[in-house]
Amino acid sequence: MMKRVIAALLILVLALFIYGNLYSTGEGKLFPKFGNVNLSERVSNKFINKNANGENGVVTYKETKDAESGSANMVTSIVVNYRSFDTLGEVTVLFVSALGVGLLLSGKSRMKFKTPPNFILKAGVRIIAGIILITGVYIFIHGHLTPGGGFPGGSMIASAVLLFYISDDEFRTKVKSFKFLEGTAGSLYLIFGLLGLTMGGYFLYNFLPTGVVGELFSAGIVPIIYIFVGLKVGSELSNLISDFLSEEGK
Amino acid sequence: MIQYLFIGLILIGIYGLLTQKNLIKLVVALNVLEVGVNLFIISTGYVKDGVAPILFKGVPSTNGTFVDPLPQALVLTAIVIGVGVTALALTVVRKIYEKHGTLNLDEMGSESDD
Repeated sequence: MMKRVIAALLILVLALFIYGNLYSTGEGKLFPKFGNVNLSERVSNKFINKNANGENGVVTYKETKDAESGSANMVTSIVVNYRSFDTLGEVTVLFVSALGVGLLLSGKSRMKFKTPPNFILKAGVRIIAGIILITGVYIFIHGHLTPGGGFPGGSMIASAVLLFYISDDEFRTKVKSFKFLEGTAGSLYLIFGLLGLTMGGYFLYNFLPTGVVGELFSAGIVPIIYIFVGLKVGSELSNLISDFLSEEGK
Repeated sequence: MIQYLFIGLILIGIYGLLTQKNLIKLVVALNVLEVGVNLFIISTGYVKDGVAPILFKGVPSTNGTFVDPLPQALVLTAIVIGVGVTALALTVVRKIYEKHGTLNLDEMGSESDD
């Protein structure tokens, strides 16, 4: 009880501190008021107009040719082009955590559920899993044009695998092939980075022509890398699910 | 105004981390904290009447049309790392449950004597 009171007091002090300082003006200015952001004084302005290396003017959909990063989705152009090295680190963190889960929960046999899956679940999964898989693939192929990308698409693929797991007591993924897919996709990401190093002088340089903004075959290596990321994340999370549903013995 | 809601989520998460004894509840508190931080980071990039930062027909990239894409890209990274952290934490929790037979931190110490 005493602990809760102290914790509540601590939270109250923290809340008052944040309330007093969040929008403070002048010397220690932290954040602008909600909605009053001036993008022209931020670095994002260069990412939106795609002119981090020099003036490019205004970018127009389906008209601008050979822009610096030809992806219509600006978040994608930051994640996979301007800050691609960051994404490589992110994929590595996900890989390390999947490796940790695999090391700690390396059971041989499949965990059995206490209640067997019923008929509606089994029949429903058969209809819906294919649609989920195709939507996942669509999302990571169109990551540079529409909302989404490699990470959401990969998670959707993993969710289809999870549905297979809960609808079938005997289902087990072929873990070896998923490991192979994951390793290949990760290495291809690195290889494309090194190709950029040899061709353009920078690691993960966008060495392919970027094309017209807004078309499917545009943005150079961005969609290719997002496909690798999608495959890697999908197989990694599927492995994670299969690790969680395994148990020791027999 | 809505940013105070997100800070409230952060504070609820910290409170949960300080007071809870159940390991699963600690993981949940960690996730609440993470959601609060992510929402707050996204809200720092909101431009009034701005649309999602994706170019589409008839909208040139002039200043003030789009919200700031950079916080969204950073939060994408944070979400993925949050998934990794949660998965690893749940794995450790499961191992602890297999060893001690309980999830409560207080009951755990008395059983580990043998």
